[in-house]
Amino acid sequence: MADRAAVPQAPELTARRRSGLPRAASPAVVLAMLAIATLAAVVLFMTLDLRGNLGYVLPRRAVKVAAMLLVAVAVGLSTLMFQTVTANRILTPSIMGFDSLYLFIQTALVFAVGGSTLATAPVVGKFAAEVLLMVLFSGLLYRWLFTGGARSLHLMLLVGIVLGTLFRGGSSLLQRLMDPSEYIILQDLFFASFNQVDPALLWASAAVVGAIAAAAWRLRHTLDVLALGRDTAVNLGVDHRRVVSWVLLMCSVLVAVSTALVGPVTFFGLLVVSLGYQLCREYSHRWLLPIVGLLGAVALIGGQLVLEQVFGFDTALSIIIEFAGGILFLFLLLKGSLK
Amino acid sequence: MIRLSGVCKSYGTARVVDQVSAEIPSEGVTSIIGPNGAGKSTLLSLISRLQPMDAGSVAVGGLDVAATGSRELARTMAILRQENHLTMRLKVRDLVAFGRFPHSGGRPTAEDRGHIEYALEQLDLLTLADRFVDELSGGQRQRAFIAMVLAQDTGYLLLDEPLNNLDMKHSVEMMRLLRRLADELGKTVVVVIHDINFASCYSDTILAMRGGRLLHQGTPGQIMQPEVLREVYDIDIRIEEIDGNRIGVYFA
Repeated sequence: MADRAAVPQAPELTARRRSGLPRAASPAVVLAMLAIATLAAVVLFMTLDLRGNLGYVLPRRAVKVAAMLLVAVAVGLSTLMFQTVTANRILTPSIMGFDSLYLFIQTALVFAVGGSTLATAPVVGKFAAEVLLMVLFSGLLYRWLFTGGARSLHLMLLVGIVLGTLFRGGSSLLQRLMDPSEYIILQDLFFASFNQVDPALLWASAAVVGAIAAAAWRLRHTLDVLALGRDTAVNLGVDHRRVVSWVLLMCSVLVAVSTALVGPVTFFGLLVVSLGYQLCREYSHRWLLPIVGLLGAVALIGGQLVLEQVFGFDTALSIIIEFAGGILFLFLLLKGSLK
Repeated sequence: MIRLSGVCKSYGTARVVDQVSAEIPSEGVTSIIGPNGAGKSTLLSLISRLQPMDAGSVAVGGLDVAATGSRELARTMAILRQENHLTMRLKVRDLVAFGRFPHSGGRPTAEDRGHIEYALEQLDLLTLADRFVDELSGGQRQRAFIAMVLAQDTGYLLLDEPLNNLDMKHSVEMMRLLRRLADELGKTVVVVIHDINFASCYSDTILAMRGGRLLHQGTPGQIMQPEVLREVYDIDIRIEEIDGNRIGVYFA
């Protein structure tokens, strides 16, 4: 009986969904809704289940929210810009091995300098050195990959997987060789977690992410043109090699920042950016940049909220994100976006 | 004028463009013909800085292509390659609007909008302007891309096989449009074209290439000769004069 009763409602429901679906809304409306959702998520996260010593609980939560916001923006923007300059919808910095590279650099640093030296070194200085190394290596490695002529996406995907495996293999080799106590210092860095973020690192990261977001915003029209592909972009007067090098540099800094803050999240960027394309009817970075940033914030903070309230910390957020993102990745592959 | 001197390009050990020197006259239609693998498209992409050349130099309207800024070149010359695919969903009008990027940097003015509407109208796209590019047929998409480079409003227009995917009506309209651009607006149009009869009927100058080399350059009357075409294509082509145009008959 219940099934039969549900049937007449179905057309009504789809009609309502069609008209009310964000896809039909203008980008400005989508952006406004996302901003409200982000605000709501932040407020809920800060206030829900608030008890005990507020002077202790509130600052802790504030650090967590700030870290999530930064990571959301860093991952969202880096993935969006990366997909734009490589003119594809599947490759992301993580899939191309950017964050494995970062972890490899981390491991190599601990191995070379020693964990105790590193642990006592000033956080911001250490972070700056890591980011610098990351930029240097990814600059050398990925610049020639993406600034050359047309290359097949399949080849790039393979290269990414091979590089990712290489860096992970290199990291685990060094980990086997190093002192077990040093390995424990490292281990904390390898799983995405918002529960232990250094506040000093947060300020440095905020400055870096803010500066890059501003630079991306200034580049928004050029990014639109770059998405048309190399030949068209060159025809329209974009200095392709220079701009793509810049954008890849920005991407690697963003990846370094987010990985340093919370560890690697492979499919999060893909998830957020794919959703962003769906929600934003107009293909224009003027809308895509803020929408992707906010969408990431809603997903992360909302996800963490659900995780803490519903699952009672039973699982790490990254596992849920990777699960959903992995399914989406397979779906995109099967749907034939990989051309 | 486009001046090429000693232009070379190799892929690995294969020389695809070999010591090409030529002068392509201003204000007219120039066709580049030749068999598959003759280096026509590569030559066009060398002229248009889409690929770097190994040796030689190219000057378009007095600007050295290797030394001039990309933005300035984009206001001087527009290039459209054979294959163009989009990874994102764009409406036809938005695609055409990109043609104004070299002039307005992404913030179109009233003048830019005029150019966009003109290009849409010239390519018979006004009724399709609000459709998504990926929903169009191959020929319609081809016209949308050509409208984009037309909106770029450059003195030099380079098109690689613009008749690709076009039906007979739109092929003829395309060639008439190129002719009009040259005659009325004084543009220099260079096309890579496979159909020698379109080249014969609509161009002022023909460049015939084979094996990376420029074999002949001349008027349609000079190039549309059985012995010249035999040298270029390796087949016998009978030439008939119909209504003052030299037509090659090679179907049987």
